[in-house]
Amino acid sequence: MAATSTGIHHRSYASELALRHTSAEKFRLVLVVLAVLAVPFVVSPYWLTIANQIGIAVIGAVGLNILVGYTGQISLGQGGFLAVGAYSSAILHVRGDLPIPLSILLATLTTAVIGAFFGIPALRLKGLYLAIATLASQEIILFAVRNWDAVTGGRDAISIPRMELGRFVFRQDFHWYWVILPIAVLAVVSARNLFRTGLGRSFMAVRDHDIAASAMGVDVTRTKVLAFAVSSGFAGLAGALTAHYTGIVTWERFTLEESILYLAIIIVGGLGSIAGTVYGAIFMITLPALITRVGQDMQGTLPGIAEKLPAVQVVVFGLVIVLFLIFEPRGLARIWQRLKDYVRFWPFRY
Amino acid sequence: MITRSYRHPLNSSRLEPGEPLLEVSDIRLRFGGITALDEVSLTVRQGTVHAVIGPNGAGKSSLLNCISGLYRPQDGTIVVHTPAGAHDLTRKKPHRIARLGVARSFQNIELFRHLTVLENLMLGRHIHMRNRLTRSLVWFGPARRQEIAHRELVEEVIDLLQIQSVRHKPVGALAYGFQKRVELGRALCMQPALLLLDEPMAGMNAEEKEDMARFVLDAHELAGVTAVLIEHDMNVVMDISDRVSVLDFGRLIADGAPEQVSNDPDVAKAYLGEEVRA
Repeated sequence: MAATSTGIHHRSYASELALRHTSAEKFRLVLVVLAVLAVPFVVSPYWLTIANQIGIAVIGAVGLNILVGYTGQISLGQGGFLAVGAYSSAILHVRGDLPIPLSILLATLTTAVIGAFFGIPALRLKGLYLAIATLASQEIILFAVRNWDAVTGGRDAISIPRMELGRFVFRQDFHWYWVILPIAVLAVVSARNLFRTGLGRSFMAVRDHDIAASAMGVDVTRTKVLAFAVSSGFAGLAGALTAHYTGIVTWERFTLEESILYLAIIIVGGLGSIAGTVYGAIFMITLPALITRVGQDMQGTLPGIAEKLPAVQVVVFGLVIVLFLIFEPRGLARIWQRLKDYVRFWPFRY
Repeated sequence: MITRSYRHPLNSSRLEPGEPLLEVSDIRLRFGGITALDEVSLTVRQGTVHAVIGPNGAGKSSLLNCISGLYRPQDGTIVVHTPAGAHDLTRKKPHRIARLGVARSFQNIELFRHLTVLENLMLGRHIHMRNRLTRSLVWFGPARRQEIAHRELVEEVIDLLQIQSVRHKPVGALAYGFQKRVELGRALCMQPALLLLDEPMAGMNAEEKEDMARFVLDAHELAGVTAVLIEHDMNVVMDISDRVSVLDFGRLIADGAPEQVSNDPDVAKAYLGEEVRA
């Protein structure tokens, strides 16, 4: 490959298929890696908690984007699948006495299977109708969790002992950061890989035109079910991590609101963009935290603001989604792309 | 004229030229009270360009949709011959039929709009690829090797159709003529045994039609692909096809060599109408 002033010239297909081509791109990647590694050493414990939440949200949202953004199957059931992951990992660890890594892995697979099952309506339904069907799966799962006392403990929370490695106990956010970060990176990279191979392309083919996809030999039924399974697998992993990170599992954490938060993350970030999902997760998790922080700081000047904060958060949440849908439906990923182009072409407009 | 040697054969049928490749026998297709196809039978032979013509609503596209499995005829059989044996297509799902090497293009361009030209063509390779979830997630190793291996054939098709300049553009943003070419290319990338083209030249000006006819002939002559072609432009049909079948109101009214069909009184009647006798 040669990057010259006339453009980037590839000498082999392998070099063209690489994700980073120019030295500028590689340099930027190094900067990002350094920044991410530095985070736990420079930020306060409060923001480290937020960072861990972002890491988990990235995993779940990447899963949802695989389904909604890449395969075109709308899902309002991500909260339910997070619940399946959290509960199965907690139960496998607490009652089944399995080591935590193994129970997380098994929870991921369990959620994938259950997700594939709840994806069956997608074989018949599209668009809004599918959204309602997945809404039903969300409610069915939470109903089962609340009422299946023998397995899930019903409305009571399951508390999970802290993860240990030898004599080392993962107690603080600082420890968990180093658990969640690599898993999140792995999730992002593998999702990115998926969509540069034939399998990922068949997902996108189903999204763009299912009849043409079947005429190309894509088994649409199998592809949709597989997309649900993969997507739910990511959700299950995120749910399982939530369970062990917080040390407690309750159904209240996985309501429809959670599903909508994940949908908001991928809309704000950019449907059909893995990088966008990361930006979206950072944005949508940081925003409420930021509002809370600002509210607390203004407590002195504006007394009584604290109790209004939840309302402010809801309004801002709604406003952000509406503004994105109007001004940049392709999300933060597109904004970032435009910004890069602007810098690249400066001082010319295009 | 061959200007460059292609390393990959685009035709995957191993039959001898002239052997029957596709046999449609007595198919009948009804939508409620409308009979779209009524006892239509025809044989497509290996190595030919077989045109299907007829006035609007004659059932041409319905016939193609039956062959590629999008419609299911109520009666009759559609048999495709492969070295492994004969396969009845009437009860098969479209993706199974595609795996037998039946490729098609659509009348109203049905590309994957948000994907690039390259990705669309790579999807044409789908039936030849082995897709495993774990391999795809890992990328390095088999998945990457597979992408590179299939890219070579795709690039040959890109060269054949002269769409090098738009390789990385999303197809939704391309001009109509290019989109039509990409659709032909996507079907060719399947290395088809049988190529079904539903009006590849619809809505084109004379120059574009000429190009497209050239590409169809290139695919046929250089690569030996057998093609079933639906077309309205009689000049194109007479010029490039070896055999012509004429449909009218769902019935087959003529079937034969182009010059024979063009002199057929029934065909003239279907196209021009009948003289009213007082």
